[in-house]
Amino acid sequence: MSTNMTQPSETLSPIFGRLSLDWIPYHEPILIGTFAGVALGGLLVLGLMTYFRLWVPLWKNWITTVDHKKIGIMYMVLGFIMMVRGFADALMMRAQQAMAAGGAEGYLPPHHFDQVFTAHGVIMIFFVAMAFVTGIMNYVMPLQIGARDVAFPFLNNFSFWMTVAGALLVNISLFIGEFARVGWLAFPPLSGSAFSHGPGVDYYLWALQIAGVGTTLSGINLIATILKMRAPGMKMMDMPIFAWTSLITNVLIVISFPVLTATLALLTLDRYLGFHFFTNDFGGNAMMYINLIWIWGHPEVYILIIPCFGVFSEIVSTFSGKPIFGYKTMVWATACIMVLSFVVWLHHFFTMGSGANVNTFFGITTMIIAVPTGVKIFNWLFTMYKGRVRLEVPMLWTIGFLITFTIGGMTGVLLAVPPVDFQLHNTLFLIAHFHNVIIGGVVFAVYAAVTYWWPKAFGFKLSEKWGRRSFWFWFVGFYFAFMPLYALGLMGATRRVNMYPDAGWQPYFIVAAFGAFLILLGIVCTFINFYVSIMNRKALACGNDPWDGRTLEWATQSPPAPYNFPQEIHVRGREEFWRMKQEGFAWSKDYAPIHMPKGTATGALLAAGALVFGFAMVWYIWWLAIASFLGMLIIGIGHTFNYNRDYYIPVDEVAETEAKGALA
Amino acid sequence: MQLKNLLLAGVGAFALSGCQYHVLSPQGWVGDQERNLLIISTLLMLIVIIPVLVMSVYFPLKYRADRADTSDYDPHFEHSTKLELVIWGVPILIIIALGWFTYVYTHRLDPYRPLDHLEAGKPVEVQAVSLDWKWLFIYPEFGVASVNELAIPAGRPVNFSLTSSTVMNTLSIPALGGMVYSMAGMETKLHLISDSTGTFAGRSAHYSGPGFAQMTFDTLSMNDSDFNAWIEKVRAEGTPLTRDTYLTLEKPSIATPVRYYGTVEKDLFQRVVELCVEDGKVCMGEMMMQDEMGGGGIAGIPNAAAYDYDRPRAIDGFGNPIDLPSNLPELDTQAFLFSPDQICSVAELKETTTNVN
Repeated sequence: MSTNMTQPSETLSPIFGRLSLDWIPYHEPILIGTFAGVALGGLLVLGLMTYFRLWVPLWKNWITTVDHKKIGIMYMVLGFIMMVRGFADALMMRAQQAMAAGGAEGYLPPHHFDQVFTAHGVIMIFFVAMAFVTGIMNYVMPLQIGARDVAFPFLNNFSFWMTVAGALLVNISLFIGEFARVGWLAFPPLSGSAFSHGPGVDYYLWALQIAGVGTTLSGINLIATILKMRAPGMKMMDMPIFAWTSLITNVLIVISFPVLTATLALLTLDRYLGFHFFTNDFGGNAMMYINLIWIWGHPEVYILIIPCFGVFSEIVSTFSGKPIFGYKTMVWATACIMVLSFVVWLHHFFTMGSGANVNTFFGITTMIIAVPTGVKIFNWLFTMYKGRVRLEVPMLWTIGFLITFTIGGMTGVLLAVPPVDFQLHNTLFLIAHFHNVIIGGVVFAVYAAVTYWWPKAFGFKLSEKWGRRSFWFWFVGFYFAFMPLYALGLMGATRRVNMYPDAGWQPYFIVAAFGAFLILLGIVCTFINFYVSIMNRKALACGNDPWDGRTLEWATQSPPAPYNFPQEIHVRGREEFWRMKQEGFAWSKDYAPIHMPKGTATGALLAAGALVFGFAMVWYIWWLAIASFLGMLIIGIGHTFNYNRDYYIPVDEVAETEAKGALA
Repeated sequence: MQLKNLLLAGVGAFALSGCQYHVLSPQGWVGDQERNLLIISTLLMLIVIIPVLVMSVYFPLKYRADRADTSDYDPHFEHSTKLELVIWGVPILIIIALGWFTYVYTHRLDPYRPLDHLEAGKPVEVQAVSLDWKWLFIYPEFGVASVNELAIPAGRPVNFSLTSSTVMNTLSIPALGGMVYSMAGMETKLHLISDSTGTFAGRSAHYSGPGFAQMTFDTLSMNDSDFNAWIEKVRAEGTPLTRDTYLTLEKPSIATPVRYYGTVEKDLFQRVVELCVEDGKVCMGEMMMQDEMGGGGIAGIPNAAAYDYDRPRAIDGFGNPIDLPSNLPELDTQAFLFSPDQICSVAELKETTTNVN
């Protein structure tokens, strides 16, 4: 047969379902090494936490917290941890493709390589990019609109832990069983039970369903926050651009994620109960899945990029010392993108054989999105025009973004032309394009945002030296890693191959691998930056408003007190904090008790239940699935009887906190 | 026009200098047109991309805070109707132009559109089936077939009919032009032409499982006499491709060597498309007709096995065939609404469909 390896045979025990020792990948040296590393690292962390007596603070201040700022920070931590995992996958792929030319097999057989590229895509989109943008929105947006917290603080905590549960389920698949080998969108019939037999696709389905609950609820929460919790006097057209982009992103989430949930549910029915929505036989239709998943999938890429547009708007305006150019245009352009993002999905499969009229329609709608996006770029440029541009680290990322994203946008419009796409579809040109916009757009925005709002969150700036190093490694590394892929795409090189016959491609792959190595240095610099800056926090300490900001989050302490603002702010227009500064603003000493939501363990417990439920469903451990589901139901209903949900911060405590100031 | 030719020549020289940039230096009319469109679109967009890139670097440097003379600092410059008209207007004009090209070229280069307008001689029909993980090419006019080797006559259009035995693939020969998906239970079309003789790389460009990376084939573009000689060689060297041998061939295999088939059973491709190569399976067309007539209902449950297609083709993660337990009842011919013996041939089937219409 094709390989001498076979999958563990199917046995179903009443206690362990289809899980057996054969599913532990102890014959894979790479996985054993990873497991040893993770286990040792984990033990070290556990040991240190016990030594420094951090368990109780962790539980009280973080796991059970409903404070949007802490939840935002935890989302960022999740994003960075998962970025390390997803980037390790990327390095493995680059190394494999740099080796496997002209008949050489490299070191990863297809069975492993195919899991790696699937995991890379799933992790980077769902647990890195989504975690980052949700984290930034969670932290910054309520402060920008002058709110005390989000509309539903407990829901926020629950959403976060559901995302963590999904991420954990993906990582469990590394050591117990296998992950999906179907690409990040799991197209059937390949992802159906006949051609993906085994737990891989089931891990995929349950991880995304569990994390999807979190994402959808978080979307509802943030919409309600923006619509109902703005400081008195703040009209919609007074909101900072980032708050606007948050609103539009969350509207996209709430509209599109149910489509993903339903689509994955249909595939789940196919796989678990022998339905035939997407099979070849019995009248199934895989093309339906591909349409449905992209009806979610295209808005999803805008869910990732739109908040990043907001981040850059804030940064350009602050560091140019000017209001954003064309505020209303920015808002309307973003709204246009929101609507248009729902009428372009077919451009992901022009090659499926739709007629020329259908392809033309979707090609042109896609190009139209380039107009509002282009307008936004011009607006950022004209914000710098006649300004006083301070080229600090967040601004470096912004300029890197403007250059990189513009190039990525151009190749994106090329792919939107159907006959051009017929040639470039599924080639490395496409891979280069979407990394060009996602790294240039989302990753650069996250780095910019982390550098920009870090002083707000912790009261001290990040090291400028390491920030610049990180930027230059990422920026140069990106071009080394992805420009060769454009060239390879024009040679007709296909994505997702673990080996290729044409030895002439190898030099390009080696350059790309070198680029990935530079990016690795960029990531290392980031973590060194965190370490160095935390060690030097006394020297790097800064006031409440280190960048001469223009929006309300800079009016409060750094780090902000749990209640964000000691008094309500009465907003009179755009850039209220800028106006307040001009008028010589100071908080009044006249405090009142502040009503606050109380922390709860329910979110974390429900998510733990969901994790067990997901694992049980993956392995067909039916008794455990039923037990964990019932457990979640009981905890959820139990929580509705918990009336001890709020408390008041007394005046003395507010006064004391306000008097202390940052990092005192 | 001169500028365009110059640029084309420049791109061409770049393409020939290094590896084979098939997309930029294609060997056929379809690929040529697609390349031209790629270049037109790029040039159109550069009208706006180049100024943006220049401004992205120039503005932050020119307006940096520590410049000598900050008298041009204007903290109130946040709106300008004229500028806004330009930044909306120019991209809109470019997209209108690009949209026009898109409309024209998408219709001209519709993969379903035959290349008759090129007046390039009699087209060759090729029925391409993506199997796990190899390509089967059937030449219905000649009654021969080959695996992992595609021969075409240079200068004559090739009319591909595509389908798949299990999962999705795409037939991609970058030197000739674009690709189209092959999908089980469906037939898709692709029209290509080669202008010159030579050997071009072909592959599946849609990930399809463990053997995907090695699902490659050579496209031999030859002159008419060589092509006819190739057909005769296949006819002489090849074994018969019957429904039975097809079912053996269809089983998963990786890096399959080139194979020839001297004869091909009648209507094999239609049966592949309709998922009924195997005896006792109901063809898709007939299934749809039955559904249209109300379906089998509960009384038809014992027939279910006659529609079962994916489960017998199940594979594990390494590409080995596996036996999946069936939840379908044993095929009970007594309960059959349509006895398997009465399954009409494809020709009859088409007739019935026409009558229904």
